[in-house]
Amino acid sequence: MSEKQGIIREINGPILTIRLPGIRNGEQVKIGELGLFGEVIALKGETALVQSYESTEGVRPGEPVIGLGRPLSVELGPGLLGSIFDGVQRPLDKVLLASGDHIGRGIHLPALDRERLWHFVPEPASEIGSTLSPGQLIGRVQESAIIQHRILVPPDLSGELLELAPEGDYRLDDPIGQLKLSDGRSRKLKLYHNWPVRTPRPYRRRDHGLSPLITGQRILDTFFPLLKGGKSAVPGPFGAGKTVVQQQIARWSNADIVIYVGCGERGNELVDVLETFPQLQDPYSGHRLMERTLLVANTSNMPVVAREASIYVGITMAEYYRDQGYDVVLLADSTSRWAEALREVSGRLGQMPVEDGYPAYLASRLAAFYERAGRVEAQNGATGSVTLIGAVSPPGGDFSEPVTAHTKEIIQTFWALSKELADARHYPAIDWVGSFSEHVATAAQWWHREISPDWQRRRGQALGLLARDAELARIVNLVGPEALSSAQRWELEGAALIKEGVLQQSALDPVDTFASPEKQFLLLEMMLTIYDRGAELIELGISVQELTDLPLMARARRAKQTYSSEQCDQIRTLMEEFRQAFAKIRLEYAKFKEHTQ
Amino acid sequence: MSAREYRTVSSAQGSLLVVRQAPAVAFGDQVLIRDHRNQLRHGQVIRCSEAEALIQVFEGTGDLDLENTWVRFLDQPLEINLAPEILGRIFNGLGKPKDNRPPILSNVRRNVNGSAINPAARTYPREFIQTGISSIDGLNSLVRGQKLPIFSASGLPHNRLAAQIVRQARLVDEESSFSVVFAAMGVSYADARFFQEEFADSGVLGNVVMYINLADDPPVERLALPRVALTAAEYLAFDLDRHVLVVLTDMTNYAEALREVATAKGDVPSRKGYPGYLYSDLAELYERSGRIKDRHGSVTLVPVVTMPSDDITHPIPDLTGYITEGQIVLSRELHNQGVYPPVFISPSLSRLMKDGIGKGDTREDHPRVANQLYALYAKALETRNLAAIIGAEELSERDRRYLRFAEAFDSQFIGQGEDEDRSIIETLNLAWELLSMFPKDMLTRVSETDLARYHRSDK
Ligand SMILES: Nc1ncnc2c1ncn2[C@@H]1O[C@H](COP(=O)(O)OP(=O)(O)OP(=O)(O)O)[C@@H](O)[C@H]1O
Ligand SMILES: [Mg+2]
Repeated sequence: MSEKQGIIREINGPILTIRLPGIRNGEQVKIGELGLFGEVIALKGETALVQSYESTEGVRPGEPVIGLGRPLSVELGPGLLGSIFDGVQRPLDKVLLASGDHIGRGIHLPALDRERLWHFVPEPASEIGSTLSPGQLIGRVQESAIIQHRILVPPDLSGELLELAPEGDYRLDDPIGQLKLSDGRSRKLKLYHNWPVRTPRPYRRRDHGLSPLITGQRILDTFFPLLKGGKSAVPGPFGAGKTVVQQQIARWSNADIVIYVGCGERGNELVDVLETFPQLQDPYSGHRLMERTLLVANTSNMPVVAREASIYVGITMAEYYRDQGYDVVLLADSTSRWAEALREVSGRLGQMPVEDGYPAYLASRLAAFYERAGRVEAQNGATGSVTLIGAVSPPGGDFSEPVTAHTKEIIQTFWALSKELADARHYPAIDWVGSFSEHVATAAQWWHREISPDWQRRRGQALGLLARDAELARIVNLVGPEALSSAQRWELEGAALIKEGVLQQSALDPVDTFASPEKQFLLLEMMLTIYDRGAELIELGISVQELTDLPLMARARRAKQTYSSEQCDQIRTLMEEFRQAFAKIRLEYAKFKEHTQ
Repeated sequence: MSAREYRTVSSAQGSLLVVRQAPAVAFGDQVLIRDHRNQLRHGQVIRCSEAEALIQVFEGTGDLDLENTWVRFLDQPLEINLAPEILGRIFNGLGKPKDNRPPILSNVRRNVNGSAINPAARTYPREFIQTGISSIDGLNSLVRGQKLPIFSASGLPHNRLAAQIVRQARLVDEESSFSVVFAAMGVSYADARFFQEEFADSGVLGNVVMYINLADDPPVERLALPRVALTAAEYLAFDLDRHVLVVLTDMTNYAEALREVATAKGDVPSRKGYPGYLYSDLAELYERSGRIKDRHGSVTLVPVVTMPSDDITHPIPDLTGYITEGQIVLSRELHNQGVYPPVFISPSLSRLMKDGIGKGDTREDHPRVANQLYALYAKALETRNLAAIIGAEELSERDRRYLRFAEAFDSQFIGQGEDEDRSIIETLNLAWELLSMFPKDMLTRVSETDLARYHRSDK
């Protein structure tokens, strides 16, 4: 690794002009007496433009700048889980010890703890003298209670295995093996390796997504499903619920690992995760949620340039766990802030803006980022996935703005949040008209196999009822409710049941916050059964009021927060009570009819 | 501090000044400018190279002549002196006394730009603040360390509301009152006066520090003012262990000053001519609120944002909403109906409410009551719209009940006196009075226990 020194010529906020012949584009630099972190973003003859990840206040022209000989990279190895890093992978808990409550500048700390001992178990298949291929598994380390960390040959190395350490406790910097490369040189292997964040990690081939990511959120799983390895976006105006949707997925999804990137958002939202996840139980493994979670934090008050880096730092770590055969979910809140960071830098470089000040390469950068999601067969043959879920924060809530518009072209699942629903406190405020999922057919196979062969039909019926509801509401607004027939008024009641009893789901309610697929389907089934049976009665001439006045109706509306996912039988019982009540009404009505005739 | 003065000013335009052959000055450094009348102005280096430095002059460059302008580089960033004696004082946007009293002497000097709080150092804000205002306490509760702006518009009583909050805010079971940092940017003399008298009348003046930039004071100074004020707030909170309530008014004037300077610098504009970095710039201010582990004090932020042409999607309220932890939105319609405070609850939100209310904090039924009121009010507004189209007499009895509810809600729950300080229990009881206009079966957001305990039908 060669270090080259040059000098600073100009400082313009986070962008500096330096003179450093021989520096490469993309290379990392240490800036000025303070040793700030930065990266070369353009070369112009002997000068180079550098973006600084830290505030440049106090830096002067003439101060030295040092080229570090490598692009922005992350450390990948055991100890990532449970941590919180900043946008360039500095461990924030260690930074806290080094510089106090406020983040100091020029602090260079390794991402991973060098002192901690890890119990390494070599892979029996890795025999001395055998040839190891890139990404091959050489051993295991129990990283957290649930995650076994698989130690891999770095993706860009291969060769003959000269040595492999026996089972035992090792620090990250201890060599655990040695490879003889094809050029005859030998390379030590450690429990971790580095990887440049802007280079996607290689894999053997892409696979199709097969199973849905279960999030426990009814409107997502039942109405707009996302597959493991899929890409989705959550756009919405401020306060509509993007962060809550993402945090709910971080809590309840059936992924192996969750990486949450707070990109230009609030400090307190990360604290919320940091304080609650160590207490919360993973509904699948029963262990603490924090044991599968990793946070990357570039809060909105941290330097803009590191914001651009933060999502690459996040996705590279996600790919690393994918290569170990895990299903990883990457949540990026918010990709708009990342795009704005791009805009900020391009503006300072004097590049021609095309739309709303964004540079022409916005669309291609977004696409390239989302392309890193997917279900793949890794170099070592394992199958893993990265599911990417990006929040989008359109100015003024206008979905036609460039970031939302371009994102919509790329993703497969679109969870559109609406201000009207949020204002009416219909949460999650996901608008069923503006949202879509291209995964319904694939997800249906899973649902039909695991839960009920009726899933797709019931889903379609519910959406149809909601569409009728919108139509009828328009009529009511023109001519008043009296113009509706009983059957139509019952349709409105049916849609209200779907909205209140199925779609609305409070993240704050201890019971309702998570619904198993079974519970999701039962609630849907119950509301539609009430609607179907009721419609028959209304056809016979029974009044809508008689049905809405049934005390049972309030119980149906409350069922989601009354019965947990473990109490699905009680939902079945309630459904049965409805059947009986309706049958009774039908009988009484028949008697009454007989009597009056 | 360098004594050397440079007379190499090569251009002056708007608030920007270019000095050639400047020494190696540091980015962000303070500058003193002496004009041909020997008057001093203050500036800050915003771009620097080996050849020249670009300086932003807080007082503007009006009336400068290039020949007779001397520039001195102070070799330090913008810093202020801090001591407990700042309480009771009035300063300008750069932290210089504005009350004809001597400057603050102290060995505590702080850079006003601060630096980001490490998220790992924060603790989540959870302590309920009672403001005595039902629309806030009941439905959009404020907690200690939160940033909760008031979105208003010209002619609406945001100043009166802010003053009432300052007057009444307290923790439910703690006697300690808040220290107040009052930061005014580009406000009228009358408004500044109003607050001063408010503070004096309620006897809190000794616990208030004011930073004031009036409408006719230099606009560029508005860029420094909130930074200076928040530096003082952090000092009071984290050095002196106080709970600090910061009122920033009016953030719209701040953003306009920022746009002015950005345009002069030639920064690429994004929406409505505001620079693309308006979001980050506002976030640098708003994120200075919060709670820090192992520190007793806290910084709670109540910025006032007037929405240009009452438009909540205008970049200033829009970006503010994307940063803050909710917003209290005032409505012209309610104001015109004589409702004070005219808080329109639908677009209003407090994101930190969830952890500050309920059992042990306020009352067990609080979260569900708020939820139920919101649901009923949303339905009632829908009904109101319908009534406006087809006439109230066309409505069913069930729908007319919603109308009556909305009326009572606006006038009795939202509306209250400017001196009326309702306890949270009073607010919740009032809420149940309104909820009891509906039969139990229609209240599905509250629990059956709540209904049994608080619904009035049985009493
Ligand atoms: N499913 C839900 N259950 C209960 N409350 C919800 C739910 N979704 C959203 N909310 C409420 O809405 C508030 C705002 O949600 P959130 O913070 O996720 O908005 P956002 O879209 O991320 O906004 P911003 O763009 O400003 O970050 C939450 O604090 C919570 O009070
Ligand atoms: Mg959010």
